[in-house]
Amino acid sequence: MNFFNLFKIALKALANNKMRGFLTMLGIIIGVASVITMLAIGQGSKQSIKSQISEMGSNMIMIFPGNMERGGVRQSSDDQQTMKVSDYEAIRDDAKFVSYVSPQVSSSGQFINGNNNYPSSVQGITQDYLEIRKLKVAEGEIFTDEDIKTAAKVCILGQTVVDNLFTNGEDPIGRVVRFNKIPFTVIGVLQEKGANSMGQDQDDIVLAPYTTVMKRLLAIDYIQGLFCSALDEDMSDEAQDEITEILRAQHKLKDGEEDNFTIRSQQELSEMMNSTSDMMTILLACIAGISLLVGGIGIMNIMYVSVTERTREIGLRMSIGAKGRDVLMQFLIESVIISVLGGIIGVILGVVASELVKAIAHWPISIQPYSVILSFAVCTITGVFFGWYPAKKAANLDPIEAIRYE
Amino acid sequence: MLDNNKEIIKVDNIRRDFKVGDEVVHALRGVSFAIHDGEFVTIMGTSGSGKSTLLNILGCLDTPTAGEYYLDGLAVRKMSKNERAWMRNRKIGFVFQNYNLLPKTTALENVELPLLYNSKISSKERRERAEKALKAVELGDRLYHKSNQMSGGQMQRVAIARALVNDPVIILADEATGNLDTRTSFAILTLFQELHARGRTIIFVTHNPDLANYSSRNIVLRDGKVVSDTVNPNIQSARATYETLPAPEE
Repeated sequence: MNFFNLFKIALKALANNKMRGFLTMLGIIIGVASVITMLAIGQGSKQSIKSQISEMGSNMIMIFPGNMERGGVRQSSDDQQTMKVSDYEAIRDDAKFVSYVSPQVSSSGQFINGNNNYPSSVQGITQDYLEIRKLKVAEGEIFTDEDIKTAAKVCILGQTVVDNLFTNGEDPIGRVVRFNKIPFTVIGVLQEKGANSMGQDQDDIVLAPYTTVMKRLLAIDYIQGLFCSALDEDMSDEAQDEITEILRAQHKLKDGEEDNFTIRSQQELSEMMNSTSDMMTILLACIAGISLLVGGIGIMNIMYVSVTERTREIGLRMSIGAKGRDVLMQFLIESVIISVLGGIIGVILGVVASELVKAIAHWPISIQPYSVILSFAVCTITGVFFGWYPAKKAANLDPIEAIRYE
Repeated sequence: MLDNNKEIIKVDNIRRDFKVGDEVVHALRGVSFAIHDGEFVTIMGTSGSGKSTLLNILGCLDTPTAGEYYLDGLAVRKMSKNERAWMRNRKIGFVFQNYNLLPKTTALENVELPLLYNSKISSKERRERAEKALKAVELGDRLYHKSNQMSGGQMQRVAIARALVNDPVIILADEATGNLDTRTSFAILTLFQELHARGRTIIFVTHNPDLANYSSRNIVLRDGKVVSDTVNPNIQSARATYETLPAPEE
């Protein structure tokens, strides 16, 4: 008995019971479709979180002056004056795993343009900051190294600030706004970014050369922090180690002495958020997996009924020379056909359902090739696993009794 | 004319015991006979005589408790299940009382069935042989009729074609006319006689004593033993009987 013949026999038997075959398949179809859709939703939201984080700069590393104890009293990091421009220069010149670095100082206050005023804060930075935070200048241009050297009174505005200061829609480029009585010339406007995943307005921002903020606004000789970019996300750890080393050397810390700065990376945030969405994906997959299991039990149930119902047929097949193995294979192939066919339809339905979710609910969707392969494999295994017992039962029938079964 | 031919079946003092609860039932208590190529044997007996048990053993569906059964020279008693399945596939053609055709399946596919379990036969040869077998039972024009669209007589013809298709050494018919009306019974019996005339060896198990007149030899069983084994020198023609019967009123 060759396999092809058995396949034909099984197909024929299924064709004789189309409705029942379809209903059995339905369990598998729903199971597979839900596995694929659930994983697509889970992965889609994971990717959307990831892309939101990377919009903020996925490989961003932030360094702040650390908490320091003075006589048992912990000081706020804002009061620390341990980080200097020389730290920035050291990282800029020596760090190999860091692609961009910018010092950061900020001063908050009121912006005034004619009758309009708006409270915001000025970030004192270098041009690198735009790369690190994935910001782009939409109109005008970024300040130059010369502007940094001379502490030029220039600034770049975020869209929210523009909207509040230039209510009549005039072009802000070249205009002078005053901030804490100091006039700044607007040389650029940032591209709109919208709110981030935590709801903060990313357009409420004003950028200026860090020298300007340090000397003209704050009159300080230290910086409040450093923003860096690792070469890529995977090298975030190496970059952090390197930065630690450089800063410890800069700050002349002895071995065993605590760091007097704190490093935070965007990667930590992204890991945390990933673990949340991974958990959600696992949960969804579990629910979907259970429905696949129920579908499998459906197959077993139907195959079981089918064996009983076709006892005479089995008896006949045996009496004309079918071996137990042939009968076993026939029923096994039948259940595998049901499950694989159900799997194929389920995959199609799952993809369609995912696209519908995307089109109607506007959820981010990402159909995973592995989920398709996985559910398909599970399907086939389900067919074999749940088909085995009924098929074994069929194969073990006594042909004498089976042929006379009423 | 008959006895100088090859021995197809040799049953040598076979016994078959069944355990029913604590009791042992002796279904066959030492049955011996030989059937030669070209014989048409009817095996008779009332229910409980052991004829079904004998048929199961002859059909390689069951094995005797003691004694030996040779089919086409091969000893069956010690054979494994799979070997007996092979014997059924190659050496035996079964015809059952209730036809046992696959439902919703064409005559051709039903007849092809035994050959499907023989991997040596190509699909082309399978089809040719099935068509030939159906033509031999005068159903050449009904190849694609489904089993549920046929009359009882037609279904039994398909079943006979299925029994012929693997070119068996013996055809085993179990009450093959039991479900048919008298007229159709004789039509089927005529077909068996024609097959016999063409050299087929046939064993026809029945409880209808009239049928003994139409076979070449009659074995009667009672209580698990052969009580009579007679050659019929004067075989009646089933066709002649068939023609005397009134045609069904339309």
